[in-house]
Amino acid sequence: MAKILLEMKNITKTFPGVKALDNVNLKVEEGEIHALVGENGAGKSTLMNVLSGIYPYGTYEGDIVYNGEVCQFNKIKDSEEKGIVIIHQELALIPYMTIGKNMFLGNERGKSAAIDWNETYGEADKYLKMVGLSESSKVLVKDIGTGKQQLVEIAKALAKHAKLLILDEPTSSLNEKDSKALLDLMLKFKKEGMTSIIISHKLNEVAYVADKITVIRDGSTIETMDKHTTEISEDRIIKGMVGRELTDRFPKRQGVKIGAVNMEVKNWTVHHPLYPERKVCDNVSIKVKKGEVVGISGLMGAGRTELAMSIFGQSYGTNISGQLFLDGKEVQLKSVKQAIKNKLAYVTEDRKGNGLVLTNPIKINTTLANLDSISPRKIIDKDKEYQVAVEYKDKLKTKCPTVEQNVGNLSGGNQQKVLLAKWMFADPDVLILDEPTRGIDVGAKYEIYCIINDLVAAGKSVLMISSELPEVLGMSDRIYIMNEGRIAGELSAEEATQEKIMSIIVNSGKGA
Amino acid sequence: MNKTLDILRKHTMKIILVLIVIFFSVTTKGQMFAPSSFQALIAQNAYVFILATGMLMCMLTGGNIDLSVGSFVCFVGTVGGMLMVKAQMSVPAAMLLMIGTGVIYGIVEGFLIAYLNIPPWIATLAGYLAFRGWGTALIGGSSIAPMPEGFTKMFNGSVPDFFGGKNINITCILAGVIACVIFVLLQLKGRNDKLKKGYEAENMVSLAVRCVLVCAVILLFAYKLGQANGIPNNLIWVAVIVLIYSFITEKTTIGRYFYTMGGNVEATRLSGIDTKKIFFLAYLNMAVLTVISAWMTMARLSAATATAGNNYEMDAISACVVGGVSAYGGSGTVFGMVIGAALIGVINLGMSLMGIDANWQMVVKGMVLLAAVVFEILNNRDKTKE
Repeated sequence: MAKILLEMKNITKTFPGVKALDNVNLKVEEGEIHALVGENGAGKSTLMNVLSGIYPYGTYEGDIVYNGEVCQFNKIKDSEEKGIVIIHQELALIPYMTIGKNMFLGNERGKSAAIDWNETYGEADKYLKMVGLSESSKVLVKDIGTGKQQLVEIAKALAKHAKLLILDEPTSSLNEKDSKALLDLMLKFKKEGMTSIIISHKLNEVAYVADKITVIRDGSTIETMDKHTTEISEDRIIKGMVGRELTDRFPKRQGVKIGAVNMEVKNWTVHHPLYPERKVCDNVSIKVKKGEVVGISGLMGAGRTELAMSIFGQSYGTNISGQLFLDGKEVQLKSVKQAIKNKLAYVTEDRKGNGLVLTNPIKINTTLANLDSISPRKIIDKDKEYQVAVEYKDKLKTKCPTVEQNVGNLSGGNQQKVLLAKWMFADPDVLILDEPTRGIDVGAKYEIYCIINDLVAAGKSVLMISSELPEVLGMSDRIYIMNEGRIAGELSAEEATQEKIMSIIVNSGKGA
Repeated sequence: MNKTLDILRKHTMKIILVLIVIFFSVTTKGQMFAPSSFQALIAQNAYVFILATGMLMCMLTGGNIDLSVGSFVCFVGTVGGMLMVKAQMSVPAAMLLMIGTGVIYGIVEGFLIAYLNIPPWIATLAGYLAFRGWGTALIGGSSIAPMPEGFTKMFNGSVPDFFGGKNINITCILAGVIACVIFVLLQLKGRNDKLKKGYEAENMVSLAVRCVLVCAVILLFAYKLGQANGIPNNLIWVAVIVLIYSFITEKTTIGRYFYTMGGNVEATRLSGIDTKKIFFLAYLNMAVLTVISAWMTMARLSAATATAGNNYEMDAISACVVGGVSAYGGSGTVFGMVIGAALIGVINLGMSLMGIDANWQMVVKGMVLLAAVVFEILNNRDKTKE
C-alpha cells in the first residue's frame, strides 16, 4: 500500500444551529485521484474549506494529518505553503488582468517592491504549457473561454508547487469536450505523481478518473469505495449518496382537492443577462394546478432559480421568450409589480440577500410587498400594519418578543417565516418557494411544511424548488427534474424515488 | 441602570447639544443667549436645514450623497440674479424659472444616476466642477447685486407684529404658545389612540417630561426672537419643509421605500417596488430643495456671488451624519437631522462669538463629524453584541 498523504480524522464542524460535518474521516493516498461525492449541502465543500484553512484551526474539531505531521492551518496561505491548493467552483480569476498576472497574484515573482515581469510571464508560459494551453500569458483572462480559464486556474495551482490539488466541481461550467480534456489532464498529472481530490456531481466523470470514491451524506462519511477492489457503477454511487430512510419528517396532507391548472409555462427560454448567448432555461414547459405542490428537483446551477425569477416579472435574464398562463389567461409580466398584481409570489432562496430588509422590524418586512393595501391615499395606516404583522406572527408561530423586533436578530427559521408572511400577505394564488427550508433546523422545517400544506388546502398552488431530495419526495404531488436549463423528466409522487431522480439527472447530463 | 443607559443612548445627540450650549454660554459670558444670537443662528443656518433634508433623502437610499449642491446654489443663484437684476424680470417669474432650472438639473442628474447606473459621487462631482465654473463665468468676476427688496424680504424679513407689542413681538410669543399647545395635544391624542385600540402606550411621566422640555425650547425661542424682530421668514420656510418631509418619511408609502431600499435594494425591488424611480426622485428632490436654499443664500447676501454655496454640500452631509443618518443608508430621521444641523450651527455660532479663527473652526467641525460617525458605529456594534 502506498503512503497516506492526507488523513482527516474525526472532523466535526458546527455552524450556529447546524452541524455541517459530523465525525468525518478521509484518507487520501499519495498519487491517487480521490473523488468526494454527495448531495448538495452534504458537507463536501465545508470539508475542503476546513482542509485549506478557510475555516481556521480551532473553529472545528478533529485533526488534519498531512505528510505525516499534524497541521494547524490558520489561513489559506498556510495550507498553500504545504502544497495543498484548492480550486473553487466559482473561478477566482480577475477578468481584466493578464493570465500571467492572475497566475502569480499574491505569489509575485521578484521583490515585493519590484515585480520581475520577465520572470512572471516566462514562468507563466511554462506552466501554461504543462496544462496544454498554447495562449500567451499576456492575454487578458476575459478573452479566453471558460474551459481555458479553468486550465489557467490549474496552472496557477501548479505555480504554487501544489502537491495535493483539490478541484471543486471543475467541470460544472464546461462543455463535454473541455471536460474530457480536463479529466485527461488530471490523469496525466497522476502519472507524474500528483495527488488530487475531485468534488463532482457528474458521476460518469467520477467513475472515469477516480481511484477511490468517498461518499458524504448529511455531514458524515458513509463509505469509501476502491476502484481496484470493487466494481464501481453509477447506480452503486447513487445508492450511497441517497440511501437514507424517509421517516415522518413531513406532515400528511389529507383531502386537498386538486383543481384546474393555475399556472402554465410554455416553451420558456431565458438567456443569461451578462452572456446573452448562453441559455439558462431552455424550452421549459411546466404547469401547476390549484391545490397542488409541485417540486422542482435538480442540482445547483440547473437553472431552477433563474426559471422562477424570470417568470416572476422578468426579474432575471434577458431575451425571455415563451408563454405564461395564469388561471387560463395568457399574461405578460414585465415587472415584479405586475407579477404581484397577477397574484404571483416568489419567495427567494436567499432570504438575507434579497428577501428581507434585515435592519428593519418584522412589521415593515411583513407589509413591504403589499404596502398599498394598508395605505389609503398612500399614507400608511400604522395601526393596521401592526395588526397585520401580529396576525401573521401568530398564524405562522414566529418566535419573537414583538413585531417591532429587527428581522436581523431572528433565527433563520423565524426569518423564513417572516419572509413567508410577507408573501402570504401579498395574497398570491401561485407561490414559488425557492429552497424554503435552506439552513434552518428540523423543527422549523416541519412548521414550514405545515404552512405549505395550509396554503394548498386554501386552494393556492405551490411550486417548490428544492435541492433536498427527501423534501421534494415528501412534499410534492408531482416532481419536475431540471438539469442544465431543461426539464429532464417528470415524475408523479407515487413513482418517484431518490434513485430515479438522481439517475434522470445523471443520464440527462450524459446526453449533452 | 440598563434603562438609564438606554435613554442616554437614545438621546445622546440631544444631550450633547445641551452640553455644548451650556459650554458656549459660559465661555461667551451669556452672549449665546442674547436675542441676536438666536436670530443669527436661524439666519446663518436656514440653508443647511433645507439642503440636509434633501441630502437625507439621498443618503437613505443607500448612503448616496450629492456633491454638486454647493456649486448648484452658486449657478442657480447666478441665473436668478441675471433674471432679476440684469433682465429686470418680476420676482415670482424669476423664482419660477429658477425652480425650472432645478427640475431640469434634477432630471438629468437623477437619470444619470438611477437609470445609467453612474456612481452618485462621480455624477455629482461633475456637477460640482461644472456648475461652480459656469456660475462664476456668468457672473464675470464681480457679483450681481443688489437683489430686489421684495425678494430679499421673503427670506430675511420677519413676520410683522399684528398686535403692535412695544418691547416684545406679541405675534411671535403667541405663535410659540400655539405651537406648544398643538404639540401637547398631538402627543396626548397619539397616546389616547393607542390606548383606545388596546396597544401598549408610554407612561404619562415620560410623556409629560417630553412635553415640558419641548415646550420650554419652543417658548425660549419665541421669547428671544420676540425680543428681537419676531419670527424670521426663514424659520417659517424651514419649519414647513421639515414638517412636510417628516410626514413623507414617516407616514407615506414612498417614504417607507426610501428606507427599505437603503436597507436592502434587492429585497425592495423583488417586492414590486420601482427602486430606480425612488433613486431618481431622491436626486430630483435634492435639486429642487437646492434652489430653495439658493434663494436663502442670495437673499442673505442680497447678491449672486461666485463664492456662494461654497462647501454647502459638506455642511449638509455633516448635518445628516451628526444627526444619526446612517452613512450606509436605510436609517435616519428628519428630526435627527434637525438636531445634527442645530448642533453644527451652535458650534459655528459659539466659536464665532468666542472669536476663534475660522481655520480652527473647520478643524473642530471635522473632529465633531468624525466623532459622530465613530460613535454611531460603536453604538451599533454594542447592539449587535447584545
